[in-house]
Amino acid sequence: MAGVSNGHDGSSFKMPSIKFTKLFINGQFVHSISGKEFETIDPRTEEVITKVAEGAKEDIDVAVKAARVAFDYGPWPRMPGAERGRIMMKWAELIEQHVEEIAALDAINAGKLYHILKGGEIPGAARTIRYYAGAADKIHGEVLKAGREFHAYTLMEPIGVVGLIIPWNFPSIMFVGKVAPALAAGCTIVLKPAEQTPLSALFYAHLAKQAGIPDGVLNVVPGFGSTAGAAICSHMDIDKVSFTGSTEVGREVMRAAANSNLKPVSLELGGKSPLLVFDDADVDTAAQIALLGVIFNKGEICVAGSRVFVQEGIYDEFEKKLVEKAKAWVVGDPFDPKVQQGPQVNKKQFEKILSYIEHGKREGATLLTGGKRIGNKGYYIEPTIFSNVKEDMQVVQDEIFGPVMVLKKFKTIEEAITSANNTKYGLASGIVTKNLDIANTVSRSIRAGIVWINCYFAFGDDIPYGGYKMSGFGRDFGLEALHKYLQVKSVVTPIYNSPWL
Amino acid sequence: MATRRFSCLLSRSLSASLLHSLGKNSSKWGNVNRFSTAAAVDELVTPQVPITYTKHMINGQFVDAASGKTFPTYDPRTGEVIAQIAEGDAEDINRAVSAARKAFDEGPWPKMTAYERCKIILRFADLVEKHSDEIAALETWNSGKTYEQCANSELPLFVRLFHYYAGWADKIHGLTVPADGNYHVETLHEPIGVAGQIIPWNFPLIMFAWKVGPALATGNTVILKTAEQTPLTALYVAKLFHEAGLPPGVLNIVSGYGPTAGAALASHMDVDKLAFTGSTETGKIVLELAAKSNLKPVTLELGGKSPFIVCEDADVDQAVELAHFALFFNQGQCCCAGSRTFVHERIYDEFLEKSKARALKRVVGDPFKKGVEQGPQIDVEQFQKVLRYIKSGIESNATLECGGDRIGSKGFFVQPTVFSNVQDDMLIAKDEIFGPVQSILKFKDIEEVIRRSNATRYGLAAGVFTKNVHTANTLMRALRVGTVWINCFDVFDAAIPFGGYKMSGIGREKGIYSLNNYLQVKAVVSPLKNPAWL
Repeated sequence: MAGVSNGHDGSSFKMPSIKFTKLFINGQFVHSISGKEFETIDPRTEEVITKVAEGAKEDIDVAVKAARVAFDYGPWPRMPGAERGRIMMKWAELIEQHVEEIAALDAINAGKLYHILKGGEIPGAARTIRYYAGAADKIHGEVLKAGREFHAYTLMEPIGVVGLIIPWNFPSIMFVGKVAPALAAGCTIVLKPAEQTPLSALFYAHLAKQAGIPDGVLNVVPGFGSTAGAAICSHMDIDKVSFTGSTEVGREVMRAAANSNLKPVSLELGGKSPLLVFDDADVDTAAQIALLGVIFNKGEICVAGSRVFVQEGIYDEFEKKLVEKAKAWVVGDPFDPKVQQGPQVNKKQFEKILSYIEHGKREGATLLTGGKRIGNKGYYIEPTIFSNVKEDMQVVQDEIFGPVMVLKKFKTIEEAITSANNTKYGLASGIVTKNLDIANTVSRSIRAGIVWINCYFAFGDDIPYGGYKMSGFGRDFGLEALHKYLQVKSVVTPIYNSPWL
Repeated sequence: MATRRFSCLLSRSLSASLLHSLGKNSSKWGNVNRFSTAAAVDELVTPQVPITYTKHMINGQFVDAASGKTFPTYDPRTGEVIAQIAEGDAEDINRAVSAARKAFDEGPWPKMTAYERCKIILRFADLVEKHSDEIAALETWNSGKTYEQCANSELPLFVRLFHYYAGWADKIHGLTVPADGNYHVETLHEPIGVAGQIIPWNFPLIMFAWKVGPALATGNTVILKTAEQTPLTALYVAKLFHEAGLPPGVLNIVSGYGPTAGAALASHMDVDKLAFTGSTETGKIVLELAAKSNLKPVTLELGGKSPFIVCEDADVDQAVELAHFALFFNQGQCCCAGSRTFVHERIYDEFLEKSKARALKRVVGDPFKKGVEQGPQIDVEQFQKVLRYIKSGIESNATLECGGDRIGSKGFFVQPTVFSNVQDDMLIAKDEIFGPVQSILKFKDIEEVIRRSNATRYGLAAGVFTKNVHTANTLMRALRVGTVWINCFDVFDAAIPFGGYKMSGIGREKGIYSLNNYLQVKAVVSPLKNPAWL
């Protein structure tokens, strides 16, 4: 049974007043056209935090028009990249001045750990913005070798108005991970935050305006996927959509793009990422990596290492250590600095996870630890580990998006690779070994967008990640992400009497 | 935003402000002296800035020279001493190198995350911005550059350069490399180590940024020797860099002379890289010293005799203004000055007349005064050299259209000088004069002007003035120079690489190209067992 902590440590945290609850369009906070609002919930208590304006198709239309004007006629794409960079630097500074307030918004809105938000994710958001601010004046096209007497070069142009749809599990990181490269490229934006977590996105929009990002460049429209999200994906005047969320919704996004104006789409979707632990690994370290790999952010992370494959030589010892560590894991109020795991984001996710756990039991997997909710209020779930799983079980194949690991034994490297790739997903993976040959071979063999060797969740602004197979296509972060928001234009003209070709 | 654009596009901002100031409104500066009418140096403005830093910056501390010696630094407006500066020699260089060595080998600078380095550089840029009035005044006082140029263009450009390089710190990418066999191959782009840098007096701050920016962004440590004429601003900003959090030993500044401190740096066995900007003659010595000592790689940014080509279809008024700017900017003390103005014969007479009129209107005077376009030359040596070249021009039968003499009897002011009927074999058409002396040459056709433009040992830059896309495309490929400015000149953004062909130097500064000067490439190869793909 995992440790439980209730009640937050009041000394480190002051509950924020909610300042922004409307749509942010063309530099103003405005009501939705319908006047409708939706409730946003504190997952710790299941209580309503506030009501937020509910954007729908007609609001998206207004936002797109503002973004279109800002792109077609406004200063943003027309100013030097260095100037965009300076404004973004200012924005990063403002975020740093409001770290605690934003951290509190994400904590109450998503049930995320306050101290991790304050010490990691929100300063990290400022860092990501600085990274792309520094890239804004480094977008290089190339001068080309034409086959004949032509001078040819490429222009990397901003793609235009981009629609961004982000999930609720990392409201801040997903926000800047998409917005910052799009801004650096010179695009204008209509962003829909997840309906579960609209609060920090609106706060960022407010700070963006203060930093000097011109009106219409960044529009934030909270609302639901089936209305506001769908309107973005099928809009004829949006030039590009970048979506992070489930594989099912990703399909809808792509279909809507195909049915409307064939806008290019990038999708960062689900995963069922493998972690492979080899015989030569330090067992304690490996167990630590494995547990954190599935349980970080309550397992609500697309790259979670939810399938753990352990070589037979160390399997028993590994299992023992892993279970010990899972039992010592502290679940509770995310504002308590001792707590390692908060509540799941909402009732729907909470119930989905519990039903997967039941299904796993019914399928015949061995429940090593966990499996139950904690307490009777809030969406807290015990760290849960299944062993003796078969690869066709649903708990092995489906993305659960909760603190649930499946554990399996393997004999050979070849078998481990086959098992690791036996999934429709291909987002992330981990290897724990000291053996260089194993590390090199396995990292090339796994069909996934990122391989962590002897680490997990080692993200960085300069490190692109994204999916193989049904985990999506396109990359977020790194300079790769910048290219999602750029068009390549080749310019060709004849030359006469060139001394070289 | 307007000010910032000034900083990025030096030529546009300056020519725009020149056009503005010298058009209909020129009479409003009643106290400004035209060079041809009066002495330039009446009622000098007294700079309101203290000279606080005069010692070497070594290991984060201001220290006296090992010998205890000092040398005077001057105000070129008067030739009078404004401060005594610690005079570096071999022993000071040794001390600076050992501080830089320790800071590199033991850290923390190369060992901290790129983002931490980036933030320190950004904080430094913010501090410079905060103190820019004071720094600009110091720069003008010590170099004779106009205060308006320092404050409105060079300081913002300095800040821009450091922002630019801060943004590179976390984007230094090696490659993974395909091999013909079962191997995993990657390249690590590692900092090269301790970099020695020697900078000139014509752009003390900008040269500081070109050198120090990429070296620090890539994780190196630095010993910078400033020009003996202009030691002040580098010491001032070095202090700010440490305030911004730069660890001791990472940036060391030694003031002193080339044959002593400069030579010690160039021949030091523990310096891993040398970058030099200055004359071609000194560049040769620097390269030789590097060869004789530890074979340290060297980048050189040297002299030039850059052509400015005005084609027959050019807008003559614009071309006149830009050609004037290309030569006279910064008292003509630019390595890339457009010092051979080639004009197509069909517009030659009109161009000449207007160029002469423009030069006669050039406002020379106390560089601290508003509206002044040209201050004094840097020192007595340069001043006399410029006057010698003017004499040589006259003796070789070029036509002196205007100027040709000093202004006043104090300081190093030279009249804006225009020669016409200049022939390719005249000394004034071949040598780098580094002063306000424009040579105008006539040409007939494109092939001819290409040949004549390239008939020089230099290859730093060129200006091309034409509306025809074919002419522009032909010239930009045919000219053997490191930068071609088409319908503009002296556009020096941080992202635009700069450097020379031929005897104008080796390597490129600024832009992505400058990073490689301060990086070692290490290939790492290991076998692959049963790779899934190759």
